[in-house]
Amino acid sequence: MDARQLFSGNSLLSELRPGPLVAVAFLLAYPAFASDFFIFQIGAYSLILGTIALSLTMLAGYGGMVSLAQLTVAGLAGYLVAILGDNSVGVMGLGWPWWLTVPVAILGAALFSVFVGAISVRTEGIYTIMITLAIAVAFFYFVRQNYVIFNGFTGFAGVEPPAIFGLYWRDPAPFYYLTLALSGGFFLAVLYASRSTFGLSLQAIRDNPRRMRALGYDVTLHRIVAYFLSGLIAGTAGVLLVWFNGRISPGSVGIDVAIDILVIAVVGGMRHPVGPFIGAIAFVLLENFAIDLIDRERFNTVIGLAFLLVVLFSPDGLLGIWNRLRDKLRLGRNARQDARRGEGGERQPAESLEQT
Amino acid sequence: MGDSGAGGMRQFVERHTFWAIIILLAAAVLLWMIFAVWPEWLISAIGRKKTFVNTLLNGVTLGGLYFLVASGFTLVFGLMRNVNLAHGSLYLLGAYIGYEVAEASGNWFLGLAVAFLAMAASGVLMQVLIFRRMEGDDLRQTLVTIAISIIAADLMLAVWTGTTYQFAPPEWLFGATTLPIVSVVKASGDPVFIKYPIYRLTVLGVALTVGIGLWLFLNRTKIGMMIRAGVNDRQMLSASGVNVQLLFALVFAIGAGLAGFAGVVGGTALSIAPGEDIRYLLASLIVVIVGGLGSVTGAAIGALLIGLAEQFGLAYFPTYGVVLTFLIMVVVLAVRPQGLMGEG
Amino acid sequence: MFRLGKTTLVAATVLAMASPVAAQETVKMGALATLEGAFTVLGEDSMRGVYMALEEFNYTAGGKKIELITGSSDASPDSAIRATRKLVEQDGVQVMVGPLSGSEGLAVKDYAKTQPNVTFLNGSSAAQDTTLRDPADNFFRFGTEGAQWMAGLGEYVYKEKGYRKLAVLAEDYSFPYTQVFGFLEPFCRLGGKAPADARFWVPIGNKDYSSVIAALPDDVDAIYVALGGADAVNFLTQYEQTGGELPLIGGSITVDQTVLGSKGRTRDFVVGTPSAGPISDTWDDSRWAGFVAAYKKQFPDGFPSPSLFAHAYYVNTKAALLALDTVDGNLSDGGKAYRAALAALEFETPTGMVKLDERRNAVADIFLTEVAEGPDGNLLNKTIKVIPQVSQTLGLSYDEFLKYGAVSRENPVCE
Repeated sequence: MDARQLFSGNSLLSELRPGPLVAVAFLLAYPAFASDFFIFQIGAYSLILGTIALSLTMLAGYGGMVSLAQLTVAGLAGYLVAILGDNSVGVMGLGWPWWLTVPVAILGAALFSVFVGAISVRTEGIYTIMITLAIAVAFFYFVRQNYVIFNGFTGFAGVEPPAIFGLYWRDPAPFYYLTLALSGGFFLAVLYASRSTFGLSLQAIRDNPRRMRALGYDVTLHRIVAYFLSGLIAGTAGVLLVWFNGRISPGSVGIDVAIDILVIAVVGGMRHPVGPFIGAIAFVLLENFAIDLIDRERFNTVIGLAFLLVVLFSPDGLLGIWNRLRDKLRLGRNARQDARRGEGGERQPAESLEQT
Repeated sequence: MGDSGAGGMRQFVERHTFWAIIILLAAAVLLWMIFAVWPEWLISAIGRKKTFVNTLLNGVTLGGLYFLVASGFTLVFGLMRNVNLAHGSLYLLGAYIGYEVAEASGNWFLGLAVAFLAMAASGVLMQVLIFRRMEGDDLRQTLVTIAISIIAADLMLAVWTGTTYQFAPPEWLFGATTLPIVSVVKASGDPVFIKYPIYRLTVLGVALTVGIGLWLFLNRTKIGMMIRAGVNDRQMLSASGVNVQLLFALVFAIGAGLAGFAGVVGGTALSIAPGEDIRYLLASLIVVIVGGLGSVTGAAIGALLIGLAEQFGLAYFPTYGVVLTFLIMVVVLAVRPQGLMGEG
Repeated sequence: MFRLGKTTLVAATVLAMASPVAAQETVKMGALATLEGAFTVLGEDSMRGVYMALEEFNYTAGGKKIELITGSSDASPDSAIRATRKLVEQDGVQVMVGPLSGSEGLAVKDYAKTQPNVTFLNGSSAAQDTTLRDPADNFFRFGTEGAQWMAGLGEYVYKEKGYRKLAVLAEDYSFPYTQVFGFLEPFCRLGGKAPADARFWVPIGNKDYSSVIAALPDDVDAIYVALGGADAVNFLTQYEQTGGELPLIGGSITVDQTVLGSKGRTRDFVVGTPSAGPISDTWDDSRWAGFVAAYKKQFPDGFPSPSLFAHAYYVNTKAALLALDTVDGNLSDGGKAYRAALAALEFETPTGMVKLDERRNAVADIFLTEVAEGPDGNLLNKTIKVIPQVSQTLGLSYDEFLKYGAVSRENPVCE
């Protein structure tokens, strides 16, 4: 996927157009007018899925490494929270305090991500998707068969977020703001990192690893660091996910869910960190309300078709469709204005119009 | 690919004398374990001979089945750099279609043939309608194949539901045969011979035939040589005036057809049910990662290794047996990222 | 995103408004089953059970109209929770029926604790701990569970068949653990043996049993097999193909209609295999015959005979409706009186009387069956005997029963 025109040198500040500001205001005010169900299961859940998909967007969009193991990384963090902290199953549950459990879980997930990266970066790009798919399935089988640590098929239940500041953090509004803060933070971090030296060299490596190696860049190291960072993101989302569900079992890290994450990232669009969140919202709404409108039976066909159409006709996802639509509208308006002013008025490129 | 037969063997022995001796010794021990009557100490160490020999045969025959599926996968990748993650769907769809035809006609072989042809045709369609449009964009092709596999799995579920289907192969293929291998000698002195399903041996025979056929096709025919040339250097191939698109379509037809063929063969050995698509996709993935993408010989070695690992895992430590195959994959990747027979 | 949600909401409301009865005159009931994925067929049959009960009551109970809202899971606990939460928190159902499978049931039970004003009735999920340990006050199960289903089978094979030593072959997860426990506990109490090295736990979804078959010991009297669906079909075929000769004993879903009636070879050698479960296709009783006739009439496209899933959902839905009649449809106290009525409910089902124990789990009849050849050559399960009123603690006191500990690969030890 070519994303060279991804960022045509805009600074972060130029993002502060009215559109994003409205979006931020909406996200902040959302719990004021949405029902608990919409805050928790639509809002917070979309943000969590979006964050896991964001970790994939970062790897795939900027690093060219499509990993199907991002959910596995998140799932490992979730499992670690249940294993090191408290659960109601009576297996493991070491009872560590949350301020120890959570960092260890996230770090553990990030290190696992590095392991995944170390195995797959030594091979050519297209191997990555196959190797990570195999790793994701291996992890699924392993936790399903291992009863001593992962409690096998049953998994863990009764995993609670900590009570800090006298708040119960699984109540819809607090949990929503917690996920919003974390996912928002990661969103900005990825946006910033993509324009940092590291981000730019990663994108250059994606486009031409051989040249970058010749220029003296440590290609492997860059890729491994990218895996580490994406592991931090996915791991944090995994902690949120296990708090959201209150439970984790092999089904939570199954291959179908792992592919859902890929679908979310691709359908949303991999050229901008907002893509995965758009994809996640679309996915969650469809997942919850498809049954009221169409027969739930063929839900996967709908998801698969959406995915297919996006890959075939809009490789940059919903985000790309939106951008093209907007450009077309603006160009159209521009053209009409030109026509009124008389023929021959030089047309401004769409890009500069965005600033006005 | 780049298989070189006997000459390669001699080269190998000359270069790696130590390993050649180890392999020979291992083969000798294995032969002894298969044909000798086991002494007490061996039985107390690793269990009955019947279990061991059966598991060994199961591993080899399962490896044969995996080879049938994976050889098509690796062939398509080798020439077109197309990682077809819908390969499992072709397997399952071939099995279902073969089942319907075999049921309707009462002829199992007709089912087998139709499965091959139908999947070969779908392979050509996929290549002509979709992959041709995005040549060179490996990642997008792979994503498309994932989308196809999601939709195909759901539509197959709609048509054939979650029911388990089993083929009725010709009577003479069903049942067990007695092998000339003694499992134990009874107190009365009568030897007890090992029995083994005929059909499974047939699977092995079919896999060997297909393997040899592929080898001859790739090494002894003009088209096969073009394909091999294409694997090694694609630009050269198109520059040499060969109709590349036709070649691609042909290879895709063979690869996809083999998946459908394997669907009937494997569906008869085991059964057809939803989820088999993912299972065989994964088996193919691991087989070719271990064997080396694009290498048919590698696929054969990988399939044998994975088949054996799976069966010995299942028989001797079922709890983690499933994970064993992945462990092999990780070890191979760590030591030889391009796979056992991969080039690079 | 909110706007899109609202639109859907409006659409849903419009659909709901189409019924002429005003909102306060209806009771919203949710039904959750697996309507996607490989278990779709079972989920659909479950829903048939729900529709049958509703139809029987003409969609009215306690003077109120019943509005049914369906939910779907893919058999994973996570998806079951999300679907249940949507039904409860978004659609506002006051009575929930479901889910279908064991681990889903455990998850929904946990969720039920956070919704004390909503009443949950189990679907067909059959895990022990849904009601045995740490039960939820508002979760009721009018169907029996996996260990209860095995009642009488262990004694039967020990006393009638004379088996003393068995091998066990089962899928490696909680439902087969429960079944193995329910089967072996009485068998071993009588003196039977099933040592650890003769127990084979295969991963769920395994298709190739040939090596496991080769590893099965010769010095046992029979093999107890607890596999379901495709796994069972595969094992039976491969066992026949390798010339296996030991007699089999079946778990509740090992030799049921889905396996006996699967497409392909008929497995004559399973004739005579004993098994046990919550229903028996061929039970010669007017209540069951009436149920089957009603099922066939209402769903000509359904299974040849209702599955245990349809039965379980039917019984639970019927219980929900009967209790609504008792309280005249009054749920205004957050369902407190309604749940008291449910706890006290005792009624006649197609498989005999059912009542609840103090942890709201069913005490009901269990059927001991044996595979036999039917009149037209097909295989079916013949009823050997009915084990009356089996409790979850298998006749022991609660504390005594808990001493066995949670079900697992090694429980009971049985050496």
